[in-house]
Amino acid sequence: MSRAKEPKTGVREVRDPHKHLVSLWRWGLLIALIGLWEAGVRLGWIDRYFFSSPTEIWQTAVVRWQSGQLWRDICYTGLSTLLGFLLGTVIGSVVGLLFWFSRPAALVAEPWLVVLNALPKLALAPVLVILFGIGFTSKVALAFLMTVIVSAMSAWSGVQAVDPTLTTLMVSLGAKKIQVFAHLVVPSTMPWMISGLRVNIALAMAGAIVGEFIASDRGLGRMIVYAGTTFDLKLVWVGVTVLSILSVLMYLGVVALEGLLGRRWSSGQAEND
Amino acid sequence: MPSLAYLHVDGVTKRFGSGRDRVSAIENVSFDVREGTFLSILGPSGCGKSTLFNHIAGLMQPTEGDVTIGGASVIGKPGQVGYMLQKDLLLPWRTIEDNIILGQTLHGTSKRDAIAQAAPLIERCGLKGFERHRPHQLSGGMRQRAALLRTLLTGKDVLLLDEPFGALDAITRLQLQMLLTDVWQEMRKTILFVTHDVDEALLLSDEILLLSSRPGRVLKRFFVDQPRPRTPEMLADPAVASLKAEIMSMLWKEVRRDEPC
Repeated sequence: MSRAKEPKTGVREVRDPHKHLVSLWRWGLLIALIGLWEAGVRLGWIDRYFFSSPTEIWQTAVVRWQSGQLWRDICYTGLSTLLGFLLGTVIGSVVGLLFWFSRPAALVAEPWLVVLNALPKLALAPVLVILFGIGFTSKVALAFLMTVIVSAMSAWSGVQAVDPTLTTLMVSLGAKKIQVFAHLVVPSTMPWMISGLRVNIALAMAGAIVGEFIASDRGLGRMIVYAGTTFDLKLVWVGVTVLSILSVLMYLGVVALEGLLGRRWSSGQAEND
Repeated sequence: MPSLAYLHVDGVTKRFGSGRDRVSAIENVSFDVREGTFLSILGPSGCGKSTLFNHIAGLMQPTEGDVTIGGASVIGKPGQVGYMLQKDLLLPWRTIEDNIILGQTLHGTSKRDAIAQAAPLIERCGLKGFERHRPHQLSGGMRQRAALLRTLLTGKDVLLLDEPFGALDAITRLQLQMLLTDVWQEMRKTILFVTHDVDEALLLSDEILLLSSRPGRVLKRFFVDQPRPRTPEMLADPAVASLKAEIMSMLWKEVRRDEPC
């Protein structure tokens, strides 16, 4: 039974004998929690007004869905998050990578990055909304801002970690500077950039939602604020639930992307073959 | 003799730092190498062998002196020679095959042509069937074979091998030494081989250059007049044994002079 007795095999995925039991417990806990919530509300232990109930949330969501508003808001928030995430990650990473070409430029930029990163970017939300309007652009801009600096910093860290003897090897093979960049610096920095993706997607979503909180006429964030100001707590719970599901889905998407990229670019030391 | 010289190291001096902290790594090193020679460079550690190699590879600017190959200076012009180090330096994200053909593809050879050129040597070096593997899936010896192949396939006439087998176990090292002499005899490259191992130098080389302790200077040049192909038994030959004794005693004197014990 004990895990210590498991022989150390060279197989990539060591089979966990408790695998099914673990997923059973995971789903079981979720269902139990929802059941308890529902039962608690019905038995009067939990305040129905503040906490609503799973069935009421479901009914509200269905009505909202049938009117087409829910899907429209999901798309709005989802798209601004994804677009900000993509732009921020790609542009930030490219900037971080380009620092390889000029160490002095990187050293000048470094304190700026650190300060900008420490700055609570969400505090800039009102400025961005005024700058870009209450529409889609300001939400993307905020999601972008949340991810771009972190991405630049992690790419730059990766660039600094490139093995200098490998650089020497490339040069001795007659590689031009651009070839060293393309064949060594970029692939060697890949794991650094990939590891930032999970954090970035969550940051981007936070940016998009706060943007909607400040001023918007669409999106799940706006739906929550609107429902809150009209004391429609059922709708607030719909918003929170849908946002949670959306963020889990995006997270899973990023994990899948990570696996895809990771297999290609990993140094291989982490895996057993 | 100078007319036959192919690789010419002319009074190369390299000092690091400035003022009082100035240290000399190598001092006025000069020697000629004829085309197709296997020359080993022996010396106490810290004698500047790697510094010398970095100059020949065009990676370092000498304080004084020049290095020419076929009459043209290679100072500041990397990519003229094949360079191999003790670490295999295979790119972990590339397959063995893609690592082997790296030098060729950097110079614009198409992948298909490069693989076609590499195929016979891949088989020869016992790497057939491992082309699609990643470096981390191979043993140290096999990785070093791949690194050797990459160096050979750069197509350069001069190869600098800086203690390439230093990190391998004795048996794997012997296999690779034999492989190297075989391939070298066929391809007739000019090889400069840095080593700490006198036996290895004797086994592989036509000539051995003995460097002094820091700052590195040329102490003496030995000729290993033995038939090829070389075999490990050659080391028991009386002529080779006495040559070894001579080299060892000079080397020992040099080490003692540097750090009296």
